[in-house]
Amino acid sequence: MSSTAAAGAIDHHHDSTTVTGIPNKKLLMWAFLASDCMFFGCLISTHLIYRLHPPPGTPNARDVFSIELTSFSTFILLMSSLMMALAVNSIQKGNLKSLRWSLLTTILFGLIFLGCQVYEFRNFVFEKHLTITNSILGTTFFTLTGTHGLHVLIGVIWLTIMLLYSFTGRLTEKDAIDVESMGLYWHFVDIVWIVIFTAVYLLEYI
Amino acid sequence: MEALAKSDFIAKGETAAKPLVLWRPTAKTGLMSWLTTVDHKKIGFLYGISALFFFIFGGFEALLIRVQLAVPNNTFLTSAQYSEMFTMHGTTMIFLVVMPMGAAFFNFIMPLQIGARDVAFPRLNAFSFWTFAVGAVILNLGWFMKDGAPDAGWFGYAPLTTRHFSPTHAIDMWVMGLQLLGVASIAAALNFIVTIINMRAPGMTMMRLPVFTWMTLFTSFLIVLSFPAITIALVEIMMDRLFGTNFFEVSNGGLPILWQHLFWIFGHPEVYILILPAMGIISEILPTFSRKPLFGYPIVVFSGASIGFLGFGVWSHHMFTTGMGTTATAAFALMTMAIAVPTGVKIFNWIGTLWKGHLTMRTPMIFAIGFLWMFMIGGLSGVMHSAAPSDAEQHGSYFIVAHFHYVLIGGSLFALFSGIHYWFPLMFGRRVSEFWGKTSFWFIFIGFNVTFFPMHFLGMEGMPRRTFTYDGDMGWNLGNLTATIGAFILAIGVAIYFVTMIYTFFKGEKTTKDPWDARTLEWSLPNPPPEYNFRVIPTVHARDGWWYEKRHKAEIEKEQAEHAKEDEAHGGIHMPYQSIYPFLASVGIFIGALGVAVIDPANTAQYPGFWGPKVAVTILGGAIMFVSVLLWALEGNDGYHIHLNEDGTIKSEDHHAGH
Repeated sequence: MSSTAAAGAIDHHHDSTTVTGIPNKKLLMWAFLASDCMFFGCLISTHLIYRLHPPPGTPNARDVFSIELTSFSTFILLMSSLMMALAVNSIQKGNLKSLRWSLLTTILFGLIFLGCQVYEFRNFVFEKHLTITNSILGTTFFTLTGTHGLHVLIGVIWLTIMLLYSFTGRLTEKDAIDVESMGLYWHFVDIVWIVIFTAVYLLEYI
Repeated sequence: MEALAKSDFIAKGETAAKPLVLWRPTAKTGLMSWLTTVDHKKIGFLYGISALFFFIFGGFEALLIRVQLAVPNNTFLTSAQYSEMFTMHGTTMIFLVVMPMGAAFFNFIMPLQIGARDVAFPRLNAFSFWTFAVGAVILNLGWFMKDGAPDAGWFGYAPLTTRHFSPTHAIDMWVMGLQLLGVASIAAALNFIVTIINMRAPGMTMMRLPVFTWMTLFTSFLIVLSFPAITIALVEIMMDRLFGTNFFEVSNGGLPILWQHLFWIFGHPEVYILILPAMGIISEILPTFSRKPLFGYPIVVFSGASIGFLGFGVWSHHMFTTGMGTTATAAFALMTMAIAVPTGVKIFNWIGTLWKGHLTMRTPMIFAIGFLWMFMIGGLSGVMHSAAPSDAEQHGSYFIVAHFHYVLIGGSLFALFSGIHYWFPLMFGRRVSEFWGKTSFWFIFIGFNVTFFPMHFLGMEGMPRRTFTYDGDMGWNLGNLTATIGAFILAIGVAIYFVTMIYTFFKGEKTTKDPWDARTLEWSLPNPPPEYNFRVIPTVHARDGWWYEKRHKAEIEKEQAEHAKEDEAHGGIHMPYQSIYPFLASVGIFIGALGVAVIDPANTAQYPGFWGPKVAVTILGGAIMFVSVLLWALEGNDGYHIHLNEDGTIKSEDHHAGH
């Protein structure tokens, strides 16, 4: 099919092989993200409930958090979503070179976010003496943000594999949906972080 | 142009490089064919067989419970053994019997009902089954270990499940087993959602979907949205047990009530996960044997939707006695009354279907009518609990036991048994004996009522659940003895049922296509259905699609001949390749789960620092899973094409087309 080999000839918004026109992989990812919403919803609720009932001796979250660092890493994660969107756009145009740069930037931004989180965790544990066992705040904070960090890590691994795969010559414009569903996941992880940043960090400064 | 667009897939082999494939299993028979299968019918069969195996297991546990309770002050079981029995009986029957039996029908029947050749993600489907199997094994591992089986009740209330009160690995295995079953269920449910929304045959609009398929869709949404709650609850208790966190540690600010909330936010939708498939099956069987279309189809569908929706707002009626406050109690009481409405509407629709129908009293129909009656009793005793003051009286008593066995046996199980009878000729091409089918029904029906009806009275007289024995002067002797006798009658009925099924599987009388003169598309297939399901993807012209086809033969034949030609022009019937990676990923999960839940934490004297057998095994399992998933992704969702003769036999296979 010569017509599809030309860049931009594939309709990326309609899949003629499915009833609804939505590609199966996209629908699967949307449904999975609905499920993931519930996962995070339960964890965030746990944190918010326990926040209201601190036993005596629980450290004050404001004394522990370093809002400047977290604001910075939040910004970086938001920007990684921009790069992810550019990556999806590149593959839909069949531009592999642009795809690689966008993916690489997304990965780097994701790694910076993870690096900030590792630094933050170490700082909390060793200097602020907030551990996962010594208080209910530590328990809910580290479990919730750790779960989010795990999601980012999985995303970074996925992005890296996709980047490496793009060098095999097997990744073409027809596979744009694979990049796009990965992008949906990445944006979701980003959005969840906005909720966590608000509900866990900013809430303490009201 | 449509044809040109589709031919992208044929051209792919020429334009793109070949996908990375290390090994492509092709076995059609033998062990390897089962381990690598991606055929939804085979996977459905595996689910069914597993469910029946665990049904015998769970039923045996129930009999031991009834023997212990037959007479007062019995010493047949110790209190510890009794706790294991009721915990594992409940966990097994819910997660390893009713849910997988529902999954068996979802897998086998749903794609056939919508006119699809497979589910949307065949390999993910295989992964769901193998992960389910792994979770089931982990749950039951305790029977073979000195730690014993889990013994904290099927809802595992914290803080009973914390390390302080349950120090052995029994609870670790319960926690891990349920988490894996959750992963399996969510993966399967996602697959079904995409399949039903995206893979319907031409003309199969949503409002033409068979009701069983609708209920599959609703159940899948319930699974996807409710299992995260229990998974997070289990993660929290697992963190408490493994790492000493404080989620349910009262001395450090933990609130055990949170467990109850998270558990029942899952647990109540779970009730509907167990009953909606049953309602779907009944909605297929009653019209078929009444020779009438389903009465009020849209209302049945929307009732299912509202049951699913309201199901998320009633969880706290399991917790009326925890002291939530009057507002919350009143709100949940109201919601609970509200959810009885769509359920009642469905009952009336089923009665409307029977009304003035030409009823044929075959075995599936008898089970279905048994369902109607028994489920209604269970529903009535259920709606009684919406009155919070009355619930406080019944809470934790045998009245509750009676209630939920009426909905789970009289409801779910009767419907599933009915479904097995109904679809057996399609699945295996053999007809089940009416005489033995009906005999088993009457034993089951009488045994079930003799067992559980007296429990209403026992509960009203104050007999508590989960107590391993009682004194002779409480006035509970007659009721308990009756229940035990009933349990054995029920067991005889179930034994007749299964012996009949096994006999029929091997020796039963061969049957013709569509033996019940049914209405839905799965009956348009020869039995057992061929690997590729439909020789030509059907075009659906009416809600009861197959009924229409049978009455418009000339039109359908012409249409199918045209479509068969188009199919050939597109390169034949596309079949997905088999794959070993879903199975290997589940093996990796199994090894990792053993590391987390079964192996003792490292002895710090022997293994200073991070590494020890526990960590090593866990990481090994994780690595196997990761590599398997990676290879699974790299091998791609390729397939081959088959070309058929007129009679449906395979003329040739075409492996070079690439996609």
